[in-house]
Amino acid sequence: MIAQPVSTFTGPEIDWYALSPLLVLVAAAVALLVAGALTPPWPKGGYAIVTVGAATASAVLAIIQWQNISDDGPSTLVAGAVSFDLSAMFFTITICVAVALVALLTDDFLRRQALDGPEFYALYLVAAAGGIVMASANDLIVLFLGVETLSLALYVLAAADRRRSKSQESGLKYFVLGSFSSAFLLYGIALVYGATGSTNITRVVVYLQESVPLERFDALLLTGVALMMVGLAFKIAAAPFHVWTPDVYEGAPSPVSAFMASAGKVAAFGALVRVLIVALPFYREDWQPVVWVLALVSLVVGSVLAVVQTNVKRLLAYSSINHVGFVLVGIESAAHRAGAVDSGPGVPSVGVYLLAYTVMVIGSFGVVAIASRSGDDATSLDSFRGFATRRPVLAVAFTVFLLAQAGVPFTSGFIAKFGVVQAAVEERSYAIALIAMLTSVVAAFLYLRIIVTMWMSEPDDASVELAGAGTSNSWTGTLSIGLAAGFTVAVGIVPGWLLDAADDLTQFAR
Amino acid sequence: MNEGSFPILTALIATPLAGAVLVMLANARRPEIAKLVGLLTSVATAALSVWLLASFESGAESYQFVSKHPWIEQWGISWHLGVDGISLFLVVLTAVLFPLSLLGADPHHGHKQYLVWMLILEAGVMGSFLSLDLFVFFLFFEVVLVPMYFLIGGWGYEDRVHAALKFFLYTAGGSAFMFVGIIATVYLARDSVGEITFDLVRLSEDADFATSTGRWLFFAFAVAFAVKVPIFPLHTWLPDAHTQAPTAGSVVLAGVMLKLGTYGLLRFGLGLFPEAAYWARPLLLTLGVVGIIYGAMVATMQKDLKRLVAYSSIAHLGFIILGTFAFTSQSMSGSVLQMINHGVSTGALFLLVGWIYERRKTRLIAELRGIQQVAPIFAAGFMVVMLSSIGVPGLNGFVGEYLVLIGSFLTARWWTVVAAAGVILAAVYLLWAYQRVFHGEPDDANRTFKELTLREGMVLLPFIGLIVFCGVYPKPMLDRIEPSIAELIEHVEENTDFVSPEPARAGIDE
Repeated sequence: MIAQPVSTFTGPEIDWYALSPLLVLVAAAVALLVAGALTPPWPKGGYAIVTVGAATASAVLAIIQWQNISDDGPSTLVAGAVSFDLSAMFFTITICVAVALVALLTDDFLRRQALDGPEFYALYLVAAAGGIVMASANDLIVLFLGVETLSLALYVLAAADRRRSKSQESGLKYFVLGSFSSAFLLYGIALVYGATGSTNITRVVVYLQESVPLERFDALLLTGVALMMVGLAFKIAAAPFHVWTPDVYEGAPSPVSAFMASAGKVAAFGALVRVLIVALPFYREDWQPVVWVLALVSLVVGSVLAVVQTNVKRLLAYSSINHVGFVLVGIESAAHRAGAVDSGPGVPSVGVYLLAYTVMVIGSFGVVAIASRSGDDATSLDSFRGFATRRPVLAVAFTVFLLAQAGVPFTSGFIAKFGVVQAAVEERSYAIALIAMLTSVVAAFLYLRIIVTMWMSEPDDASVELAGAGTSNSWTGTLSIGLAAGFTVAVGIVPGWLLDAADDLTQFAR
Repeated sequence: MNEGSFPILTALIATPLAGAVLVMLANARRPEIAKLVGLLTSVATAALSVWLLASFESGAESYQFVSKHPWIEQWGISWHLGVDGISLFLVVLTAVLFPLSLLGADPHHGHKQYLVWMLILEAGVMGSFLSLDLFVFFLFFEVVLVPMYFLIGGWGYEDRVHAALKFFLYTAGGSAFMFVGIIATVYLARDSVGEITFDLVRLSEDADFATSTGRWLFFAFAVAFAVKVPIFPLHTWLPDAHTQAPTAGSVVLAGVMLKLGTYGLLRFGLGLFPEAAYWARPLLLTLGVVGIIYGAMVATMQKDLKRLVAYSSIAHLGFIILGTFAFTSQSMSGSVLQMINHGVSTGALFLLVGWIYERRKTRLIAELRGIQQVAPIFAAGFMVVMLSSIGVPGLNGFVGEYLVLIGSFLTARWWTVVAAAGVILAAVYLLWAYQRVFHGEPDDANRTFKELTLREGMVLLPFIGLIVFCGVYPKPMLDRIEPSIAELIEHVEENTDFVSPEPARAGIDE
């Protein structure tokens, strides 16, 4: 034995309290899995209630931290690996809202499918934890860890409806393409590390600030940025990296589609903001045009291709691509002043859009989940014929969500679109603002198609048959949709508080 | 002004909205309760508007009954309402047309939803005419589309869904331009106004745009309004929408919704961008005159009575555009008057055509014959309304058209010369249609044509009263319209090298 000097590893100091929103979710996931495995099936709604409780607790903790950050200013945690700023907390709250709403929907869905168990909920919580890590990462490796935690949970969730082959197909597709894009992201991170000497965002910024431009490895860095953008564009499903979205959303169980479209995108946008606006403001002239093009293509592809869809879930998938275009418009306008002290209205508008969109899209998929009953297959547009006479209350809620997605006034969707377009116009990106609004007219057409089918088409034989099949649905699904609809309308009428909160999102931890 | 007193303008918007909520809560099995509530609230709104009319101070220039409360302070948006001579009569017209069309036309099915949409529509139109905040205006301008879309799509005739969609897409497409235009206006005016505000009054006073910027912004607004008016060549949605809409829908669409466009051009186009409006004058004058001649010629060729009236609207609105952009006191007062006149006479025409359809289940001119012999009172009523639409002296149509023509002759001579031919063409298509429908010997199908019922008579009477009153004694209206127009012309003169010709400044009532 060769004697070696004893090296003691000293871990970084960890502010557990500041990390509490994240820890609550992880703890709840573990608890659910362990307790769920050791005990007989829980009574009605038990798993969902625990999940909602965890998400609420996490959101409340995040709000408390929000106060602390507002008082003390942003900082970093765990030796600079995680940023502790308002933007991180805002995305945390948004993801928690998504978890709570989706968990309520899932309860209803699982019992109809006779799949009830703790696994779904535990995976939601794990995915949410991964998403929060992504959105608050201050280190590219941590960001990647978050991406993988989120994605792995989502792959399983997409395939979780064991008896439907479509769900299996959806999970497999998502897995293959998702891992591919993760590889891009990781390679991009490696190249950025090679060029700057660090994966820590703070140190990357400092390096770029202090180094002489001529001495930098620009080719390496720009390739890295490009690869990272490909990876993240896949995660947010921006066109032309969107091709998986319709298939996966259609095949996955409806509540899971809702979760992917909301929490998954929120997290990925949080990561995109970290990478582009926080870490790479000095290269904004290089990546801004790329964002512009991604926004344009997403807006157009999302709205135009949605028009020819005949399945409501596919339709919502394409419309989500259009929404991604809108959020990218916000990011594009944030790019103009990335790195400046007053970084303008871009990031706040992105935050508001994502929160509003999260609630709308969960509500929409939620109605689809309830409407499609057992089997989760009756999602064709035709099966919504005469829906308004069968389920008038649900039809009203669905109409509210669809109108909000179309950006009709007095809904949160209008406020969200207004904010994004306002940010773009303030930075004089008139062209993309106008294109965004015009595509939203095309998109309005497709939302109207669903509304028309619900309200104005006579039911045909198939949809009448559907009406006879098990109409029971529990209070949890109704509660989720009711909350979502209430929020959508309330923000449309009294948006001041949300805008106030989002205004502070521009202070990033560095 | 009137600060702290009863907020009558807010009440004008809130009353129909409250009515809509009450109707929604009413028992669906007893439509008569819903009907009663709907009718009562719309009558209450009309009463409020009459009170407004009575307490409006004639001769005052600026806005009256102003109520202003901050709403979304982050964006400089306030709930800012006010009324002046230009909007006063449009508000009254709206309030009067709605109860009449509710009484005069029966939806036959879905009474409850129909009433809800009608009342929401009324609130939306009211809000558009009353708001003095660009954001609030746009909100109402957009929200109006939704109830109208459902009214056409749900209660219209054979091809209703297509027509509703076309209507929605056209108008929403136009609004997309205005949406970006409004935001750009506010941000570009920030430096000259000193802060971000959507307040129309402050923007039109203080905003100072570079010439080319102002022209682009004017264009953005003008597209939205031109679709709404509709100005040739953006009119193609109108014949479909009008023909397929239910009777009450057509009455409201022609009566007040088209006026949103002409009103918008006056209030926002001229108010915010006088220089650009003056610059765009030749184009708009030409399009207005083309609309007059084209609308009249196409109307002559129509086989469908309702389509004929729809095309006649295009011609009549051409006169309003001509008068607006001739920029003389007489022509512009004439335009405002003509907006009211067109609302009254075309509204009544649509009601009458609707009643013909109820009796004969056809609107084809060729199927109708000799109605005068079987239903002389009906024919007499139709004749008075038709003569008013032609513009026969002594009836309201004459006053407006005459003022527009003599006013425009001073500043837009050759356009006026061509437009005058439109007056003759109006006589051609309307008299010819009257001749074919009412004269001659009735065949078997028309022999059983039912005479005007008491209820229909009660609805028609106010229309005819207004037609005669405005034709014989328009002075009280002009007294209230004139000062606001004079102020607007002054505003244009201050900002351009335009000088309004002397004879026109001398006033009308000499």
